[in-house]
Amino acid sequence: MPAFSCAFPGCRRDLLVIVLVVFVGIGLPIEASAPAYQSHGTEGSHLTNITNTKKAFPVLAVNYEHVRKPFEIALWILLALLMKLGFHLIPRLSAVVPESCLLIVVGLLVGGLIKVIGEEPPVLDSQLFFLCLLPPIILDAGYFLPIRPFTENVGTILVFAVIGTLWNAFFMGGLLYALCQIESVGLSGVDLLACLLFGSIVSAVDPVAVLAVFEEIHINELVHILVFGESLLNDAVTVVLYNLFEEFSKVGTVTVLDVFLGVVCFFVVSLGGVLVGAIYGFLAAFTSRFTSHTRVIEPLFVFLYSYMAYLSSEMFHLSGIMALIACGVVMRPYVEANISHKSYTTIKYFLKMWSSVSETLIFIFLGVSTVAGPHAWNWTFVITTVILCLVSRVLGVIGLTFIINKFRIVKLTKKDQFIVAYGGLRGAIAFSLGYLLSNSHQMRNLFLTAIITVIFFTVFVQGMTIRPLVELLAVKKKKESKPSINEEIHTEFLDHLLTGVEGVCGHYGHYHWKEKLNRFNKTYVKRWLIAGENFKEPELIAFYRKMELKQAIMMVESGQLPSVLPSTISMQNIQPRAIPRVSKKREEEIRRILRANLQNNKQKMRSRSYSRHTLFDADEEDNVSEVRLRKTKMEMERRVSVMERRMSHYLTVPANRESPRPGVRRVRFESDNQVFSADSFPTVHFEQPSPPSTPDAVSLEEEEEEEVPKRPSLKADIEGPRGNASDNHQGELDYQRLARCLSDPGPNKDKEDDDPFMSC
Amino acid sequence: MGASQSARTEHEFQDLADRTGFSLEQIGNLNKRFRQLSKNEETLSRQDLASISALDNNPLRAQIINAFFDKRNLRQNEAGTVQVIGFEEFLMVMSHFRPAAMHITEEEREKLRREKLRFVFNMHDTDSDGTITLEEYRRAVEELLSKAGTIGQETAKAIADAAMLEVASTTRGKMEPDEFYEGITFENFLQILKTFDIETRMHVRFLNMDTATMRCGK
Repeated sequence: MPAFSCAFPGCRRDLLVIVLVVFVGIGLPIEASAPAYQSHGTEGSHLTNITNTKKAFPVLAVNYEHVRKPFEIALWILLALLMKLGFHLIPRLSAVVPESCLLIVVGLLVGGLIKVIGEEPPVLDSQLFFLCLLPPIILDAGYFLPIRPFTENVGTILVFAVIGTLWNAFFMGGLLYALCQIESVGLSGVDLLACLLFGSIVSAVDPVAVLAVFEEIHINELVHILVFGESLLNDAVTVVLYNLFEEFSKVGTVTVLDVFLGVVCFFVVSLGGVLVGAIYGFLAAFTSRFTSHTRVIEPLFVFLYSYMAYLSSEMFHLSGIMALIACGVVMRPYVEANISHKSYTTIKYFLKMWSSVSETLIFIFLGVSTVAGPHAWNWTFVITTVILCLVSRVLGVIGLTFIINKFRIVKLTKKDQFIVAYGGLRGAIAFSLGYLLSNSHQMRNLFLTAIITVIFFTVFVQGMTIRPLVELLAVKKKKESKPSINEEIHTEFLDHLLTGVEGVCGHYGHYHWKEKLNRFNKTYVKRWLIAGENFKEPELIAFYRKMELKQAIMMVESGQLPSVLPSTISMQNIQPRAIPRVSKKREEEIRRILRANLQNNKQKMRSRSYSRHTLFDADEEDNVSEVRLRKTKMEMERRVSVMERRMSHYLTVPANRESPRPGVRRVRFESDNQVFSADSFPTVHFEQPSPPSTPDAVSLEEEEEEEVPKRPSLKADIEGPRGNASDNHQGELDYQRLARCLSDPGPNKDKEDDDPFMSC
Repeated sequence: MGASQSARTEHEFQDLADRTGFSLEQIGNLNKRFRQLSKNEETLSRQDLASISALDNNPLRAQIINAFFDKRNLRQNEAGTVQVIGFEEFLMVMSHFRPAAMHITEEEREKLRREKLRFVFNMHDTDSDGTITLEEYRRAVEELLSKAGTIGQETAKAIADAAMLEVASTTRGKMEPDEFYEGITFENFLQILKTFDIETRMHVRFLNMDTATMRCGK
């Protein structure tokens, strides 16, 4: 491959884009002409069966039929992802146009290409959509649903989801029917029920589209959760209305009893879906309690139970989306307390990955289906639909907000209302529902066309303009602050404070019930669903640990000091301690103990094997050692920070110590930073080391050279284990840890562990 | 007697309403509650509040009760506590929990924030010296986690230390190893909780109170 000398920057990028386009161009004809191979294949085998005459042994043969289906699926997914990749290489484009729009355009192009070739472009199969493409997105949304804002606004969300959707459906259906009555339109054959059916399909806000667009605009939490929650919860309404009107339009008439049954059906569908989801959620939580020995398959339980919840509720015509959401929400707190950190990361990344792929595929297929699908165009109908969509949405939001604001403490401002109304995007669910309509509906094609037009309009026009509008209107954006432990403490503090004040007022309000639920949760539920002693752990502690872990992992990955809080403040500044002296003899003793302990640990590390069933040998991730680890680190770092006060505390490092071998990841302890007073959080929490990396390996000399150019000779004023007896054990462990981060320049009789940190 | 007394109470209430910002209806409800708690006396003592059963499981019970008797919360600029409080003082403490009105200006919002954060600050600063020292903060976090069981102790200390470090780091930046960070002042407190929207979170719905829902909290 000749190296292109690029005359201007960005030409490499353009080159890549061109390559992608070429790839697409080549890939499609292969796939589209797949049917051609079909006949060849069967013929060929037929022939060879009959004539057993000798022919040359086929060295190379093509048998496309054999791999056809998986090949096509893989190719489509690959193309979708390459497209996605391509967009992000063109920065200006991805900043202006939301990804969903670009993907639809790609779908249109691909569909066009296929049609030009002469093949039949595949349409977004409804079954594929509902059973394969939609669940990952919803599970991702439900599992990571921010609970606090959701529960605080659940009333508002429900009002928008249920009443808003009903209003949209009837308003649109009714007015379209009225429109169809007008002679000049030429659609007098459309009856009321068909219009209402159409209205119910097109009125639901789509979670996929909302997610795709809102993710890029980083709007404030309240509006985000309102629109997003509405898009999730209106599924029940949509399902009921759709089934209702579908049934009725076959029959032709509707009675009061039917309406009543419809209402009952709504409750059954929504509550049933939630119940099914909750049951599977509890099952998953219960299962995760026992997975401490088979950590590798933990994520699978989460995925499979959720998927089963979705399928089970779809089986009963309940709301699958609500089941998924309920399952994710219910299982999350318990599962996260039980599973290992790696499993948590796996779950997170797999969910994001699948939902990303699904979303991309959905939008591309939407574009392709537009080219493919049968169309019946009627200007008036389609344009009216689009306009009515907007109008009904705006009216609905304004009207409902007016009522809701009477009950809310934090009122919805006009700006919020505008974004909520404008963010009501329609998407692929509407299309799939329309596609599901049986062909007996004579208006099916017209409806499909109208639905597609609405989707295009909302995704393109609204999707593209929402970002500049948000800027223009100066709507509050999401706070991009990192989680602060002070805020977390005060969140919890406020909860209890407000519960208490409510108690003083004698008012059994929001906080009171929340407190009751928490208590119930703690005493009964957690006991069953969380392994070990974890269930007693309050949220604040869990939060704190997670934060520490994140910090530590961040350090491991970046291999450098986190420059988030560049300050020289250490524990020393907050809590000065007296510094006892330690005798030389004591010092020797300590060093000997340290070395011995170090040896032990090295042995342990070497004996770790990597098997398919366990990621670490003797999974020492259990919490007891974690807590101890942290405690000792706490103690140690406090003592270590003391050492920095005196120059004589520093241990020398041979100046010519070579840097660690490349295989060893350089990781710094939080506590090391303490020695050089460059960091904030006092403790670090590490999981037990895995074979390739040694968290205990520290390249000390770099830090030392950075901070303190000169080093006087060694004299360790380590706080002796003079403390009370209970401290002794603590002290032992302390020094053990201490040794890991300080080099061991002791007398050279211990040549064999000359590089104690560089092994393994 | 009855008429004049009720007239006088009306007038009093109106006066209180103007001063604390509650509506007449809310003051009426709160008065009923006050009477209920104080067993129809004129003043409320610590015992009365301590006997509320709803507070039993609350880890912040002692602090909440203290907050009612803390002079700093009663808009008196002195330190110390009182033994008993009257209805007016009760209302003053309660007024810290009023929600923000819908259309308020930026400076009113800021004022409200300061007021509410001051209340929380006073709860932490038990010795009334204007700063929250490490010991006080530790105690606060310990109290918070006190219902958590035995795990609480050590971790509470670690958490409080981490929080303190965070405050020090964000407010002071660089400090020499010799310097000592005395404690969190009110200004630091404001700064560290800048992104915490306390004006929307710290409220109780007084409007929904009526005698029907005011079950005997004893």
